[in-house]
Amino acid sequence: MNNKATIVVHSGDMDKLYSALIIANGALSMGMEASLYFTFWGLERLVKGKLEKGALSKMNMLGLGKWMVKRRMKAANVASLEKLLQDLKELGGKIIACEMTMEIMGIKREDLREDLIDEYGAVGAYIQEAKESSITLFI
Amino acid sequence: MAEIKVDVCLETCPVPLVETRKALRKAEAGDIVEVKGTHPASKKEIPMAVRALGLELVDVEEKDGVWILRIRK
Repeated sequence: MNNKATIVVHSGDMDKLYSALIIANGALSMGMEASLYFTFWGLERLVKGKLEKGALSKMNMLGLGKWMVKRRMKAANVASLEKLLQDLKELGGKIIACEMTMEIMGIKREDLREDLIDEYGAVGAYIQEAKESSITLFI
Repeated sequence: MAEIKVDVCLETCPVPLVETRKALRKAEAGDIVEVKGTHPASKKEIPMAVRALGLELVDVEEKDGVWILRIRK
């Protein structure tokens, strides 16, 4: 059986990034492999200093909604995106950065969190991962 | 054989599950990993992960909303 989860992280919205990272960490914790392919607005979150800069996908209200949700998350003791990324790496999760996005958005490797990225690739890299996966999601 | 304790009281999804997995990865075969937490869904979820990993859930106790799972690697 294919025992891998592959997720395209297309959105840079804070809540969607949470979903992607929680699912990937869940898969790793349950003994699966996990690969995350960061593209478009998702990749922007891996630019140094931009991890927490995503808006809320709904009811962002110029940041007011995000501020309120973040406050609630803090009260509920929800892990930070940084912790989820560090856990993902510790459990062997793989992060692939989309090279085309880097070209379009003028992002250089040194602009990115190179400590987190395992591979720079294009659609073939995603297909290769997805082919071996029993779970694949586009977030 | 060592006994490793993981305290995830007051932590929420996915931290209890992830911290359990991290401890299990570091443990040696035969070690016991004892996880103590309060998040209700994790009490169900961690045993699912234990099964998926082919490990043994030795014991489950719960008192006043605090559960303790013991897992043998």
